[in-house]
Amino acid sequence: MSIHHPPRKWLEAPHGFERLWIGIALLWCLVLSAAMPYWHFKGKQTSSGEAYTVEPGKFDARVARFVEAHKVGERSGLPVVEPPPGTDAYLIGKAWQWYPILKLKKGVEYRLHVSSFDYQHGFSLLPMNMNFHVVPGYDHVITLTPTEKGEFNIICNEFCGAGHHIMTGLIIVEE
Amino acid sequence: MATNMLQSKMRLCSTTGLPVCLSAQRFIKLNAVAGVVSLLVGATAAILLALTRWETIGLLDPIDYYKVITLHGLNMLVFWILFMEMAILHFAATSLLNSRNFSSALSWAQFVMMLAGFGIVNYSVLMDRATVMMTSYVPLKAEQEFYLGLIIFAVGALLGCVNFLGTLYIARRDKTYKGAIPLVTFGALAATIIAIWTLVHGAIVLIPTWFWSLGLLENAPDGAWYRMIWWGFGHASQQINVCAMVAVWYFLATMTTGARPLSQTVCRTAFLLYILFINLASAHHLLVDPGVSASWKMWNTSYALYLAVLASMIHGFTVPASVEVAQRKRGIGGLFGWLTRAPWKDPGFAAFFLSLVIFGFGGGITGVTLGTHQINIIAHNTLRIPGHFHVTVAGGTSLAFMGLAYYVIPLIFQKEIPMRVLARIQPYIFAIGICIMAIGMTLAGSLGVPRRHPDIDFTGAKVAVDLGDAAPFLAMVGIGGTIAAIGALIFCVLAAWAVFLGKTNKGPMTSWQSPEQTRLTKQLITTAWNPNDKGMKPKGTVVLTFIFLASFAVYYFANWKALVDVWPVK
Repeated sequence: MSIHHPPRKWLEAPHGFERLWIGIALLWCLVLSAAMPYWHFKGKQTSSGEAYTVEPGKFDARVARFVEAHKVGERSGLPVVEPPPGTDAYLIGKAWQWYPILKLKKGVEYRLHVSSFDYQHGFSLLPMNMNFHVVPGYDHVITLTPTEKGEFNIICNEFCGAGHHIMTGLIIVEE
Repeated sequence: MATNMLQSKMRLCSTTGLPVCLSAQRFIKLNAVAGVVSLLVGATAAILLALTRWETIGLLDPIDYYKVITLHGLNMLVFWILFMEMAILHFAATSLLNSRNFSSALSWAQFVMMLAGFGIVNYSVLMDRATVMMTSYVPLKAEQEFYLGLIIFAVGALLGCVNFLGTLYIARRDKTYKGAIPLVTFGALAATIIAIWTLVHGAIVLIPTWFWSLGLLENAPDGAWYRMIWWGFGHASQQINVCAMVAVWYFLATMTTGARPLSQTVCRTAFLLYILFINLASAHHLLVDPGVSASWKMWNTSYALYLAVLASMIHGFTVPASVEVAQRKRGIGGLFGWLTRAPWKDPGFAAFFLSLVIFGFGGGITGVTLGTHQINIIAHNTLRIPGHFHVTVAGGTSLAFMGLAYYVIPLIFQKEIPMRVLARIQPYIFAIGICIMAIGMTLAGSLGVPRRHPDIDFTGAKVAVDLGDAAPFLAMVGIGGTIAAIGALIFCVLAAWAVFLGKTNKGPMTSWQSPEQTRLTKQLITTAWNPNDKGMKPKGTVVLTFIFLASFAVYYFANWKALVDVWPVK
C-alpha cells in the first residue's frame, strides 16, 4: 500500500513481469552506455572540450592579428578572413556580433578557436545545427572539417543581453 | 496505534480516515496557495511568451520577452514546484505517519522565507533589475537583491527539509507507526535528501555571485565553474520534482483506483537509485562546454545517468502495473480493459495518468537522447531543450501536482471544487496544449531554432539569417502554449474559487467517481489483498512498456543518424 506502512516482510526479489521488465530496461541502459564510447572511437562527431584559459582582452588581440594577417575582403561591414588551409582560425563573440567572417576550404580540417569578449555565448552553426558553448576566459578549440561548400550562418543561442537576438556571423566554404 | 498528536490539535479525515495534524494542515494550505499564486504568474507569462514566439503575432518586443521569460522560468520551475513540494512534505510526514508536525516555528520560518524570496525575486525581475534568465550565467549581472531573494528562498526550502526530517524523527521516537515508512513518505524522503544536496550547490554558487553583485568581490565567479555548480543545483533540483511526482503518482494511483505496488522492494530501490545517481546527470548541461574532456562527459552521462534512467523505467512500469492489477482485482478483464474502463472523469486519475504517459514517452525519451554526449551537439540550447523539459516538468510534474490538488482541496482545505465539469476536462486541456507545444519546439529546434530567442527574424543583424522553414512549428508552439496556459489558468481559477469562495464539506468529500466505483476503491484500499495473486498479471502494462521501448529506440537511433550528416568535429 502506497499510503500505509508496508507488510512486515516487504524485502523480496521482484518476480514475473516485473523482473522481466527490469532485466530488459537494464540491458537497454547498457546499450545507451556503450553507444557513447563506441561513437567516440568509430564516429566522426564529438565534443572534446579542448580549451585553454585566456584573458578576453588577449584573445581579442589574437583575433585582431589573425584578421590582419589573413584578411581577403569585406562584407556587411565585417572583414572576411581566409586562413591557410588546415591551420588555426579564430572567432570571437562580442555583444552582439560573431567576428570575423571566415572563409574555409571544403574537406580541410581546421582548428577553430572560439571565445568570448564579454558574456557567455552559444556558437550555433546553421543549417547543420551544430552547437557549442562559449565562455569568456576560455579559448574553446573546435576541430572541424567542412564537408560541403556554401554559406553557413552562425547565430548565438545563449542569452547575452539586450541584443542577443541580432548576434549572427558567417562561415563561407569554398571548393 | 499510538499517535503523538493531541486530540485538540488533530482531526480524522472523514473520507480517508487518515489523521490530520492541524498545524501541518495550516502549512499545507499556506504553501499550496503560494504555489498556485506562482503558477498564476507563470501561466500569465506563458501566454505572453507563446504569443511572441508565434511568428504571425510576435507580441512582445525582445527586451520584454527576455524579462517575461526570466519571470516564467523562475515562477514555474522554482516557486510553483517548491511551494507544492513543501505542502507535500508537510502531508507525507504527518498524516501518513500518524504524527504531529515537528515544529510550527520551523514551518513558519520556511514559509515566510520562501514567500519573501518569491516577492523579492519577482519584484527584481518585474522592475527590469534582473533580466538574466533563470540561469543567470555570469558575467551577466542582476541587481543584488535578485541573488539575495533566491538565497532566502533556498534557505527557507532547506528549513522545510529540516522540519520534514524532524517530523520523521519524532514519529519514530514516539512509535506512531510500525515497521517501514509508507512508500509515498519514502519518495518524499528521497526528494528531501536530493533537495538538501541541491540547495547546498545553490548556496555555493549564488553566495559568491551575490557578493560580486554587491561589489564585495571584484571579479565575477569563473563562467565555467559557475555552470558546473549551478547545474548541480539547477538540474538536480529537477530530480526533486521527479521524486515528488513519482510519489504523487503512487498516491493518486491508490486514491483513485485502490492500486498497491507489486513490490515494495522494487519501488524503494528505484527511489534509492535516484538519490545515488542523479546528481552527476547535471553534467549533461556541459556536454559541449569548453574545459571538460570527452571522457568526463561520457562517464558522467552514462554510468550515472543510466542508473537513474533505469529507476524511471522501473517506476514507469510499476505504477501503471499497480493500476492494472487493481482494476483486474475489480474483475475488469481484457488486455486494455483496465485502461478503457479507468476513471477518466476523475481529474485526479486523468492528471496522474496523463502525467505518467507524457513524462515517460515525451520527457524520458527526449531527455536521454539529448543528454547523450555526442547527440547533444545537434541539440544544445536549441528549442529542443525546452521541448524536452516542458514534457517533464510541465506535462509531468505540474500536471501530477494539479491532479493532487483535486484531492488536497477537498481533503485538507475541506472545500468542494466548483464547476466540476470544467475540473474534469482541465487536465486534458493542459496535457493537449503541452504536447502540441513540445512537439512544435522539438521540430523547430531540430531546424536550429534557438531557445531564449524572441523571434527568427534577426532584424537588425549585420549578417542576415533565414530560419523561415520553422514558422509552422513555431505556430504550434504558440497555439499549444496558449492552450496549455489556459489550462493552467483554469486550474488556478478553480483552486482559488474553491479555497476562498467554495462550499465547505462537513462529511466526506464529494467523490469524483460513481458511488459504486468509490465503494470498490475504498474497499481495495482498506482490505488486505495480494497484488501478486494469480490471474491478475499486468499483461497490458507489459505491452505498453514494450511500445515505449520501441519508440525510445527509434527516436534514439534516428538522432544518431542525424548526427552522421553534420560536419566531422572533435
